[in-house]
Amino acid sequence: MSDVVALGKAGVAIRKANDAGRGALIGYLPAGFPTYDGAVDGVKAMIDGGADVIELGLPYSDPVMDGVTIQRATEVALAGGLRTRDVLSTVEKVAAYSDVPVLVMTYWNPVERYGVDRFAADFAAAGGAGLITPDLIPDEGAEWIAAADKHELDKVFLVSPSSTDERIAMTTANCRGFVYATAVMGVTGARDKPSDLAAPLVARVKSATGLPVGVGLGISNGDQAAGVAAFADAAIVGAALVKALQDGGPAGVRKLTEGLAEGVRREPRAPAER
Amino acid sequence: MSTVLPDQFGHFGRFGGRFMPEALIAPLDELTQAWRDAMADPEFTGEFERMLREYIGAPSLLYDATRLSDIAGARILLKREDLNHTGAHKIRNAIGQALLTKRMGKPRVIAETGAGQHGVATATACAYLGLECVVYMGEVDTERQALNVARMRLLGAEVISVKTGSRTLKDAINEALRDWVASVDKTHYILGTAAGSHPFPAMVRDFVRGIGDEAREQSLALLGKLPDAAVASVGGGSNAIGLFTAFIGDDVKLYGIEPGGDGFETGRHAATITAGQVGVLHGARSFLLQDEDGQTIESHSISAGLDYPGVGPEHAWLADTGRATYRPITDAEAMEAFRLLSKTEGIIPAIESAHAVAGALDIAKELGPEATILVNLSGRGDKDMDTAATWFGLGGKEATGE
Repeated sequence: MSDVVALGKAGVAIRKANDAGRGALIGYLPAGFPTYDGAVDGVKAMIDGGADVIELGLPYSDPVMDGVTIQRATEVALAGGLRTRDVLSTVEKVAAYSDVPVLVMTYWNPVERYGVDRFAADFAAAGGAGLITPDLIPDEGAEWIAAADKHELDKVFLVSPSSTDERIAMTTANCRGFVYATAVMGVTGARDKPSDLAAPLVARVKSATGLPVGVGLGISNGDQAAGVAAFADAAIVGAALVKALQDGGPAGVRKLTEGLAEGVRREPRAPAER
Repeated sequence: MSTVLPDQFGHFGRFGGRFMPEALIAPLDELTQAWRDAMADPEFTGEFERMLREYIGAPSLLYDATRLSDIAGARILLKREDLNHTGAHKIRNAIGQALLTKRMGKPRVIAETGAGQHGVATATACAYLGLECVVYMGEVDTERQALNVARMRLLGAEVISVKTGSRTLKDAINEALRDWVASVDKTHYILGTAAGSHPFPAMVRDFVRGIGDEAREQSLALLGKLPDAAVASVGGGSNAIGLFTAFIGDDVKLYGIEPGGDGFETGRHAATITAGQVGVLHGARSFLLQDEDGQTIESHSISAGLDYPGVGPEHAWLADTGRATYRPITDAEAMEAFRLLSKTEGIIPAIESAHAVAGALDIAKELGPEATILVNLSGRGDKDMDTAATWFGLGGKEATGE
C-alpha cells in the first residue's frame, strides 16, 4: 500500500474531497496571532467553516517568503512572547478539536534549533500531521526526511513556476501528503488577478507524480478558489484569512472560510481534470 | 588553486549550501553557471581587471606603517583598500557582479545595504555600467546614514526604506530577497558580502580576493617573504575572505576580528563566530546570533558595516577547522585604534577597519617584535565622522582644542 503511505494524512483528506467531486480547501493562520488563544479560536473557525486541511504558521523573525500581511501578524505573535513549545501546544489543541489534519508551515531554522528529530517526535505526539517547509529544499533536507519517515509525518516541499522538470520530479519524489505549487513568482499575499502560471505548473507536477497538488499564493475569495479548484486538487489560502481574523475575529474567519469552501465546491469537476 | 571549497552544492564542510525558496533555485543554478563561464572567459576577467585598474585604482597600496609599528611592537603593513574609488573594498564585489549582470543580459540590479557602503558601491557600478539600481535599506539606517542615501540617489539609484522587522540590515536583506523572488527573470541581486546561498559566498570571494592576491605579491616584493599573520575585520566577512584567500595554503596565521560591541559578556555584540551557535539564516548554514527557539537576535556594534547577526559560511568553516582564529574587539577598543591610527599615521580608518587595527595591536604583543602583520584597512572613515565626533566629544562647543 505504498500509495497510501505517500498520500499521508493531508493527502487522504484532499483525496476524500476530490472523490466527492470537489477541490479541497487548505487554510493558513499563524500561531500566536493576535494572541495565543485568539489563534486557536481562529483555526477552529477555519475548521468549522469547512477547511479540509489546516496549515498553522510557526512565526519566525526573518520570513523571506511572506508578504507584509503575514509578516506583521508573525511579528505580533513573536512580540507577544510566543515560543516554539506554544506552537506545539496550539497544534495539540487544534488536533484534539477535529479530525482535520494539522500541518505546520515553518522556516527551517526554528526546527533545526529545536533539534530535527526531537521536533518531529514532539510534533507527532501533539497530533501534528506534517510540515510545509518553504526554505528547505529536499537537496538539504536529509535529516528532516529521515525524521518525517520515522515519525510518519507528511513532508510538503514547494515547487515553483521556475522549477525545472528535473527538479519537479526530484521534489515530488520526496513529498508525502501533497505538493505545494506556488502559483506566482513572489511572496504571500492576496492578489486581484489569478496567476496564469499556476495551471501549466500543476500540469507539469501532475505528469511527475500521483500526489495531490495544492495551489497557493494570492487566493482571497470564493471565485478565485473556484478557479483554482478547476485545475488543482486543493486551494491554499493564507493572507486573506489572516486579514479576516485581524478585521473580523473568528467570526470573520468562519465567514471567509465558508465562502472559500463554497468556491471549491462550485465548479463541477470532471475526473479527467484531476 | 589554494581553495577547493565549496563543493558543487556550495558546502564548506557542514556550512553553506542553499536554504532558499524553490522559486530561486533555478535562478541560482543559472547564476552559478553564468559566474563559472564568466570566470573562465578571458574577455570577462580582462574587463573586470581593467575596471579594477582604471576605475577603482587597484592594486591598492601596501603601506609600511612604521609609526604605528613602533607603538605596536611589531611590523604592521596596511593594505590600503580605503584608497579605492568609493572608499572601501566593497567596490570590487559591486563592479564584478554588475559586470556579470550585464553579461547575463539583465537590466536591473537590487542590493541591500546597512551603513550604505555597499549601496553606494552598487549604485556607482550601476551608474558606470548603465544598469537600473534599487537599494533596500532599513528605515533606522536611512535615518542614521542620510548622507549615503543622498549619494545613492545622486548616482541614480532608488533607495527603498524598509519598515519591517528590526528595520536594519537583516530586514533589508529579507526585503531584497522578496523583491528578487518576484523579479528574478530581469533582475540580479548584488549581495554585498560573502554570505547567503551558493554561489554567493564563492562568487563574492572571487571578486574580492584581489585584496589578498595583491597583498601577497606586494609582501614578497617588500619583504622577500610572506607576512607572519593576516588580520581583517569580520561582519558578513567579505573583506576578510578577500584578504585570507591568497594565504590559505601558506604558513600565514589568519585572524578575523569580530565586533564585540559593549563586550562579548554583555550579550550586546555582533561576534557571531565567538558566540558559536550554528543555524540557518539568509540561505546558508553558518554561525548566527539566535535565541533558544532559533529566532534571530539583533546584533550590536558601533560599526554599522559589522552590525549583522550572521557570517559567511566559509568563515564558519575556517573557524571550525582551526585554519583561522576569530576573536572580538569591543567598540571602545576599536575607537581607541581609530584615534591611534589617525594620530600616528594620518589615516582615518573606517570603524570596521579600526577593529582590525585594534586586533593587530593585541596580536603584535602575542607574536613579538620580529613578526610582520598584514592588516586589511578595508575602508576610510569619512562616513564615520559623526560617530567619532560624538564618541570623542569633538563637535562644536566641546571642541576646546589642546
